[in-house]
Amino acid sequence: MATTTVSMTVNGKKVSADVENRTLLVQYLRESLGLTGTHVGCDTSQCGACTVHVNGKPIKSCTMLARAADGAEVTTIEGLAVGDKLHPMQEAFRENHALQCGFCTPGMVMSAIGIVERNKASLDEKTVRHELEGNFCRCTGYHNIVKAILAAHKTMTA
Amino acid sequence: MPDGSIGAPIKRREDRRFLTGNGRYVDDINRPNQTYAWIVRSSLAHAKIKRIDTSKAEKAPGVVRVLTGADWAADGVGGLPCGWQVIGKNQTPMHEPPHPALVADKVRHVGDNLAVVIAETRTQARDAAELIDIQFEELPAVVTMADATKKGAALVHDSVPDNICYDWELGDPAACDAQFKGAAHVTTLKLVNNRLVANPIEPRSAIAEYDASGDHYTLYTTSQNPHVIRLLMGAFVLSIPEHKLRVVAPDVGGGFGSKIYHYAEEAIVTWASKKVGRPIKWTADRSDSFMTDAQGRDHLTTAELALDKDGHFLALRVKTDANMGGYLSTFAPAIPTYLYATLLAGLYKTPVIYCNVRAIFTNTVPVDAYRGAGRPEACYLLERLVEQAARETGIEKTEIRRRNFIAKAEMPYQTPVALQYDSGDFIRNLEDGLKSADYAGFAKRRTASEKNGKLRGIGLATYIEACGIAPSAVAGALGARAGLYEAAEVRMHPTGSVTVFTGSHQHGQGHETTFAQLVADGLGVPVENVEVVHGDTDRIPFGMGTYGSRSLAVGGSAIVKAMDKIIAKGKKIAAHLLEAAVDDIEFANGTFKVSGTDKEIGIGQVALTAYVPHNYPIEELEPGLDESAFYDPKNFTFPNGCHIAEVEIDCDTGEVTLCSFNAVDDFGKIINPMIVEGQVHGGLVQGIGQALMEDCVYGEDGQLITGSFNDYSMPRADTVPSFTVAANEGAPCTHNPLGVKGCGEAGTIGAGAAVINAVIDALATRGITDIAMPATSHRVWQALQQSKA
Repeated sequence: MATTTVSMTVNGKKVSADVENRTLLVQYLRESLGLTGTHVGCDTSQCGACTVHVNGKPIKSCTMLARAADGAEVTTIEGLAVGDKLHPMQEAFRENHALQCGFCTPGMVMSAIGIVERNKASLDEKTVRHELEGNFCRCTGYHNIVKAILAAHKTMTA
Repeated sequence: MPDGSIGAPIKRREDRRFLTGNGRYVDDINRPNQTYAWIVRSSLAHAKIKRIDTSKAEKAPGVVRVLTGADWAADGVGGLPCGWQVIGKNQTPMHEPPHPALVADKVRHVGDNLAVVIAETRTQARDAAELIDIQFEELPAVVTMADATKKGAALVHDSVPDNICYDWELGDPAACDAQFKGAAHVTTLKLVNNRLVANPIEPRSAIAEYDASGDHYTLYTTSQNPHVIRLLMGAFVLSIPEHKLRVVAPDVGGGFGSKIYHYAEEAIVTWASKKVGRPIKWTADRSDSFMTDAQGRDHLTTAELALDKDGHFLALRVKTDANMGGYLSTFAPAIPTYLYATLLAGLYKTPVIYCNVRAIFTNTVPVDAYRGAGRPEACYLLERLVEQAARETGIEKTEIRRRNFIAKAEMPYQTPVALQYDSGDFIRNLEDGLKSADYAGFAKRRTASEKNGKLRGIGLATYIEACGIAPSAVAGALGARAGLYEAAEVRMHPTGSVTVFTGSHQHGQGHETTFAQLVADGLGVPVENVEVVHGDTDRIPFGMGTYGSRSLAVGGSAIVKAMDKIIAKGKKIAAHLLEAAVDDIEFANGTFKVSGTDKEIGIGQVALTAYVPHNYPIEELEPGLDESAFYDPKNFTFPNGCHIAEVEIDCDTGEVTLCSFNAVDDFGKIINPMIVEGQVHGGLVQGIGQALMEDCVYGEDGQLITGSFNDYSMPRADTVPSFTVAANEGAPCTHNPLGVKGCGEAGTIGAGAAVINAVIDALATRGITDIAMPATSHRVWQALQQSKA
């Protein structure tokens, strides 16, 4: 199987590896780098559990080849907190009970940060619900996730 | 209220690891020298296996071993067991055909397991699987229950005539018929309870490891009940005794019932791990999940309600066909019988009830408990009937409920379908719900919608469920092949911190927080000094796991029993230290006190003394402060409530918008209201999903049409509103030490019926009084078009 050398910056750290050309970014993150916070929930880019940031934008890492991320800046859920201090979005999820089993959570948080970034000036429930439609949660019924994102919007734009 | 005590909405301690990517789910675990398994599955719903040629796959890069049904059969290992035997009419036991983990003779549903390829990497295993050549002789598939029960239908199992697993009844048909003869009015409905797929976002995964030096196996698996898996797989499938098998269920990404059962893949990797002498990891992709996770619901029902001239219910007669799929999953036979027919009294004083259930085999994925399990089906049937009866008799739908509700003063109440309700205040839930939903203001809102060319409807569902499963003797009498108690160990350490070992398993419910709260409260220690351990058969004394909203009611009660033993022993130690009689020692808020004096000692000091027994009644008392307990519930618990949905329908598109949802629930006493509300929210959306969009569809040939998230529609954030939920704590459970009833399934039980009743309430303004689930825009639009014609 043909391989390619890929190099990228993941959570601020430069990494490089030979990967099979067909290796998905999520496989590279989980299996080569051991960053198992990013999850796989479906095979059809529907659930969003694998969402990470590539060059600052949320993308579904099951839909991107590792080699397509060559040279990119990648941030995963493991790269959000600074030491013990959670990112405001992580803190808002904790504060508002926006997670239950935790499996969709990393992807939710990464998507949610994107929503706030895209709607810095103002954000309402309807927009949050609409822009969150790329992420499935089967536990929370979304109620508290929406609350958390609106709360994080306040702290992130204060 | 001090931090961490019972009733405080404290934040969850488990959140930090999930929010930082440090959860430890099965697929996150890797064992040294690990191999990877890929399961080869049937592409046909019903076919004889003529030949399986694995020779090419065996030579493919990285392949370690290929095993088929022939290998499984040759080893003489058992089939997957069924945990519940239902006895049908005339004392006829259900048919229980074999369920091999790898099939050798014929396949019975798309996704049936044919072979396993074990390789150095997952992709190598998957690539090699493509090289396996299978020759089938295709057989006619029976997909619907109507097809399966036709004369001359193809048989899913040759040993099961007419594809009927059992034909079971509850109640006296003659007594029921007599009541119907005297009825002033009879309301009849034919109902389909559509098949659903649980779809937790984490796909199932299993890693098995065999240690030859100790002849010992370890299985990591995505399970709601690791001890049950150890029992089923160890004792019935692979003949591995308990002391040679450790089952670990670490963080699990949602279950909703689908991770209760013992699945073939767990047995396959455990069996094969000894053959290859290396750890084996298997992780489902979403297609595997759709084809192999046990599915839910799938009932066809005719229900008739007899009423007197004043709208009092006289009798209920129900005939249901329940789809079992191609094999019996672990608890499948119990769902449409003991978790369904026994709930048909609902909140009502219907004096006579008769229910007949036939369980049918078809060439589809097996069906078992899915969140609510039998109780959503019962609630849907009853609440649809009640609102239809209200329409037909002209008695307002809340009034007809009021006339038939069991009153709080009538508790305990013996229903005609075996259950005895211990507590509940149904009228209060209804009144609170109506206020919360501004029921009185609905007419105005309807007028406003109609001005915009839209239809508006409001629908109720009042429900009761039997949870806290279950008194073992009762369950045993009804066919359960296991006890349904729970176990706990409370270990007080020398420095006063506490580790709690529970047989309950958390996969979203927040036990690590809730259980710590109840222990902090019971022993009077800071909540941060309590740690909860679950999900490992080597660390936990025993366990029956988490399902049926049982964790707090049964698992929590086991913890209370263990704490009682800690306190009883602590009193003896305190009595010695305080030079008093044991009977004079009182315990409260972490302090042992000689009653009527100011002599006291803290539980921390008592714990230290127990482990450093220099001044200790060593002749009468063992050192240490570590107690375990088993709790077997005295009765089921009966959560209940009132759910009210309001919808608006766009006549041009048929689109249903859920405008509001109000839930008032009685879960008994509440330990952590934040977590309870979260459980309700999630449950509601699964019920709403069934009502408006979710539907598992098979083609005529048994192909799974909705086999991915592209095809199986589930609620997203923009398909639901925010909810208004409230809890009534005024009628706590009377028979467990915490007064708790359970909250995990309630949302799913009430929501489907409430939403469909709201949709029908809206459509009734156009003369439509029936719509099937899911009420998709296509289906609603068609109904509106037909009503015009």
